[in-house]
Formats: sequence, structure tokens, C-alpha cells
Amino acid sequence: MFSKGTKRKFSDGDEEISDESLVGARVASSYSLQRQSLLDMSLIKLQLCHMLVEPNLCRSVLIANTVRQIQEEMTHDGSWHMVTEAFCGPGQSPSERLVATEVLCRSREQDAEPKLFSVISYEGCREEEVVADETLCSVSVSDTVSNVCLAGRIGQCWEKSELSGVERDEEALEDSRLGSGEDEEIDTEDGASTESPKTTGQVFGTFEIKNSSPAPDSALEELFSDVDTSYYDLDTMLTGMQSAPKMGPYDILDSLAPSHSSPSIVSTPKCRSDLNELDHIMEIIVGS
Amino acid sequence: LRFELETSKLNNCLIFLPFGYAADIISTVEFNYSGELLATGDKGGRVVIFQREQESKNRLLSRGEYNVYSTFQSHEPEFDYLKSLEIEEKINKIRWLPQQNAAHFLLSANDKTIKLWKISERDKRAEGYNLKDEDGRLRDPFRITTLRVPVLMPMDLMVEASPRRIFANAHTYHINSISVNSDYETYLSADDLRINLWHLEITDRSFNIVDIKPANMEELTEVITAAECHPHQCNVFVYSSSKGTIRLCDMRAAALCDRHSKFFEEPEDPSSRSFFSEIISSISDVKFSHSGRYMMTRDYLSVKVWDLNMENRPVETYQVHEYLRSKLCSLYENDCIFDKFECCWNGSDSAIMTGSYNNFFRMFDRNTRRDITLEASRENSKPRAMLKPRKVCTGGKRKKDEISVDSLDFNKKILHTAWHPKENVIAVAATNNLYIFQDKVN
Repeated sequence: MFSKGTKRKFSDGDEEISDESLVGARVASSYSLQRQSLLDMSLIKLQLCHMLVEPNLCRSVLIANTVRQIQEEMTHDGSWHMVTEAFCGPGQSPSERLVATEVLCRSREQDAEPKLFSVISYEGCREEEVVADETLCSVSVSDTVSNVCLAGRIGQCWEKSELSGVERDEEALEDSRLGSGEDEEIDTEDGASTESPKTTGQVFGTFEIKNSSPAPDSALEELFSDVDTSYYDLDTMLTGMQSAPKMGPYDILDSLAPSHSSPSIVSTPKCRSDLNELDHIMEIIVGS
Repeated sequence: LRFELETSKLNNCLIFLPFGYAADIISTVEFNYSGELLATGDKGGRVVIFQREQESKNRLLSRGEYNVYSTFQSHEPEFDYLKSLEIEEKINKIRWLPQQNAAHFLLSANDKTIKLWKISERDKRAEGYNLKDEDGRLRDPFRITTLRVPVLMPMDLMVEASPRRIFANAHTYHINSISVNSDYETYLSADDLRINLWHLEITDRSFNIVDIKPANMEELTEVITAAECHPHQCNVFVYSSSKGTIRLCDMRAAALCDRHSKFFEEPEDPSSRSFFSEIISSISDVKFSHSGRYMMTRDYLSVKVWDLNMENRPVETYQVHEYLRSKLCSLYENDCIFDKFECCWNGSDSAIMTGSYNNFFRMFDRNTRRDITLEASRENSKPRAMLKPRKVCTGGKRKKDEISVDSLDFNKKILHTAWHPKENVIAVAATNNLYIFQDKVN
């Protein structure tokens, strides 16, 4: 079985790598690989769904929910942030970077500003403990603050002060105030370096795998605005959630026209599109 | 009469009936209320009904065998021109109506349409008509010199199936369940997002009683997977969801039963949470016990028995094939994780049965808590031979006669099983073969 270890920080360049964290890094990267392959597999299944004459709605819903779960988790631990960082150059302001991350994030309300989530907090990429199984089956993802995501060990490390810190984080983010968010980040980042197990509580505690309503991803639309229309299917498949005029994966049953004739997109330019992101998307589709 | 799970007494008599008709995949199996008839539906839209032979007094130890009674084409493939979609003729569900006269009635449903079929016997024929010949040709009126009264003469038994009602155009999504109400006047049909209530006599109207379709389809995260009417209370029904929840509704409360009366959900075990948790919690079948006090749900790995008076957790949980838990990723890859297994009660509610892979099916005795795994296959069974219990080896040394998890054939899945309402006779559908097993009578 995999040993428990700590996950390496992603984006910082000045972290020190100890032996223990090396092992942990291997575990974590293996977990990330498996999770990524699961995401790729799910996206391909969803795409194939749309190619079928009449998709099985139950199956589509279950796969889409799985994709959402993975995306949420990847957002939580910053992996998605790292991915989208490649899309937008380092010269961009934090707000733009976060909006880019918004691409596959989900907001609570459809017409709300893009929630900045705790991506801010996780820019530093918290250390976290991950236990991975060969087939990803026993990987635990914590739902709520009170859930223990791993076999007891992390639960013991949780303290009430941490939880309240988490709640403060959440509030700061809900207000979409970058400034306060960054402050929180600095505070908690200091804490992270000394007490790694506790931050796991933050990592998993802040987020809930809820079924909140998906939002129109205007950033997403902008990314694809100069893309060939055949990518609309890709679009649908990737997010499963789109603005009202566009068709979602389940609308095929309701619509009169096939999905290729997507109606016009409402888009507000917020992020540059990049060839890299196109390649990445193609990678996901092709599953290379 | 307790059903013994002693291996020596179990299933001593085996009859299997390979489908002689263009072997099509069986998609539903259902005994009628007396157990005399067994109906199967297949992917080609055909219904085959088997009838049990009367027990012969000469052969005391033999039980009645099931022979083909009637075969008819229930549904044909259709094309929905509006959506450019083909509608499969596959029969998703068959439900019998209780017998009220000499004829038998059943409901059969494909994805979109439900049909009420009347199956009646004809063993007499009128002969001696005045105006037409025996072969039906009209007689020349000038040749008729005498009058006679036609006489009923016996003929070879003919079983006719005729569609009496067609309930169509009420479902946008795929029908997954039909259930006859205990009032024998109404029935419900459920698709992924809606449940409709019909009157058996009225085909141009149905009442929508549950609608979980969100205003914005992109918000859809949960679908209806199964529904059933309570066996005694005609105002009560349940429906299960892809999130592993069951809602019990009372039709007296409101016309639209979007608000449930009871909500059954087992809290999730946080230590076993994974990306597949939701998928394997999705309920594929829900069945009330004959007593009406319990209900049983089947999710991917287990069968759960619920007391209708307790909503927060099931009273019994049976693991069907827990050894698959470590294989969920592969089963997700090959789509097996989406297989919808059914489950059934025996007549006295003391035992439950459900299918698995490799043509295995499982039976659980609720009283003794013993369980058994059996295999429905031609290679391993001879007629009249006793079925040997099977065992899956999960790790370590494989004993003789055990089969390892990696050797299981996931293409051989038993999704549909049925239990005779009164006796220990079971019907097991293994892809395109139907197996009928009977318990030995001592």
C-alpha cells in the first residue's frame, strides 16, 4: 500500500524537498496521474455520449457529476490552477489568472461574478496528505468541514482554530475581495510551513462537493471564441455547464436541432486564448 | 415453509430453455400473480410467455415444467422524426395484471410506449356456417337449400395475443419502470425525470405525479432510476434516484408529488469515499416486499432492505460482490459500473435474490443470514442436476473450484431474475438464455 506522505508544493520554486516529501511527491503525482486519467476517460465518455443517437441520461448525469467532482478537487489542491497558469502568462494580474481558473470552476449562481473560491488561498499550493490506491478507488475526498478525509490521522490533527480559519477564508472569498483574500493567504501560508497536517483540514475543509448550479462560463466562452465551431461539442463536454443560450449535454433530448448548431455565445473578454490551452484540450480529447 | 439454503436441498431440478427464436438478449423477466405464467421480454421487442404444466399425478416427484405458451411481437422499432432519433423496440419492463377472467393481461413497455396485451386461449371453433364454407369462402346464396345452426367444435389450442390499449406520447425520456397499482385500475410509469399515473382504460391522458426536471437542464444532477406502487396502499409509491436516495410519496397529499412523505438515505461512510461513490450508490432497482412493510434497493455492490418506518438507514445490507470495490476504475472504463441489476423477493419475503457477473446470481436468506452464489450456465449444469455453490476468490491462495476475480467474465451478467410468488421456483436471464430452477421436493 502507498505510504502517506506530503505533497510537494506546485508553483513555488523555493521549496525544500525532504526525503519524506519525495516519497509523498511520488504518491501524490501518481494520484494526480490517476485522477487526470479518470478525468480524461470521463470527458471522452461524455463526448461519445453526444455522438450516440440517444444518450442514456442516467449514465451521462453520473459521468458529468464525476467530472465535476474531479474538477472541484483539482481546483482545491491547485492542480487546476497550475494547468491554467500555462494558459495565461505570468505577466497577468492575479484577477485575470483567477478568472482563467474559473474556466472549469463552478459558481453558485448563474449570474454572479466569478467566485474566486479558495484558489487564492491555494496559490501557494498547500501541502496535503494523500493516500492513493492503485485504482483510485479508496482515495478519499472530504465533503464537509467535519469529514475526515483520510484514515483518522488528519482528523486528529484538526483543531477548532483551523476550522474557524477556514470559515474566515470562505467568507473572504465569498465577498470576492482579492485584497483580503491575499491577506488570508499570507497568514495561512505562514501557518502551513510549520504545521503541515493542519493545512490539510483547510484544503479539504473549505470545499464541499455540492451540487450547486453551474454558471455560464463567460471566460470559457472567450477561450473558445476564436476556435472552430466544431469545438462546441468539446465545450459542452468539458464543462457540462453553459450559459442559457447554449445547449448542455442533456439538452440533446429536448432540442430539435443537433448540437452543432449552437446559438450565439455571450462572451466578455477576460482572458487571452492561447495555443497551449488548445493543445491541452486536444490532449484531453485524444487521451494521449 | 422455510426456504432452506442447505446446498444439498437447493435447486435440485434444472430446466433451461435456450431461446430458440433468433437468440435475443432478454431484457425483462416476470412471473404472473399465480406463478403459472412466466413472461420474458427481449431486445427485439418480443414477448415470450411460458406456462407451467399441470403436475402429473403419475410422476409424483416431478414438478410442472415451463413450456412456451405464447410468443408475440410487442413493440416495433420506431423513428421519432422530430428529434431524428430511433426509438428502440427493446422491452424494458413487463408487469402482469391480476387475472379477472379467463384471459391474461400484461403491460409491456419500451422506452416510450406502454401496451396492454390480452392473452387468451381459443380451443373451440364454430363450424357449420350457413353463408360461408369451412375455408371461409362465401357460399353462393342460390346453392343454400337448408339452414343449420353452427356448432362449436374443439380445435387445437391457440393462444392469441392482442393489444388492447396503447399508452403513448407521455414520456420524453426513457421509461425505466412500470408498476400496477393495488387498486387494479391504475398504474404508474416512470422515466428518467417524470412519473405518470395512468388509468388502464384511458389511453389519451395520464397524470404527471412527479417531475424532477430542472428549469435549466444544465442543473441536472439526479435522475429517477426506478419506481413502484405499494402492494397494498394504492396511494403510496416510491421512486429511487441515481444519488442513492428513495422517496416515498403519498398521492393523497397533493396532485403533484414533488414533495416526498418519506426520504430514505443511508449516510455515506466518509472513509470509503471515492470518485466512484456516487455512481455505485445509484439505485438500479427498488421492490416492495410482499408484506408491504419493507422495500429492497439494489445499488452496484449491495442489496439493502429498508423498513418503511425507518428512513435514516436500511435494516439489512447484503454485499453482492464486494470484491469488485477495488476494480471500480476498470469497471468504469468498460462501462460495467453502469449495469442495472434487478433484485427480487421470494413469496414469503424470507429470501432475496439478485444477479452478478460471470453468470453468477446470489441468494440471501434473511433469517439465517446465509448466502449462496450459484451459476447459470449450460456447461456447468445438466438437466435435473443439483447446482453447485460457487465462490469467488478474492486474494491469496485460490482453492479448488474457486474462481478468481480477474477471471470473471463481465460480459456474462445476470441483470434480471424473478421468483415464483408462491414456490421456490426462480427464473434467471443470462444474456439470451433463460434458466428456470426449482427446489427439490422431498
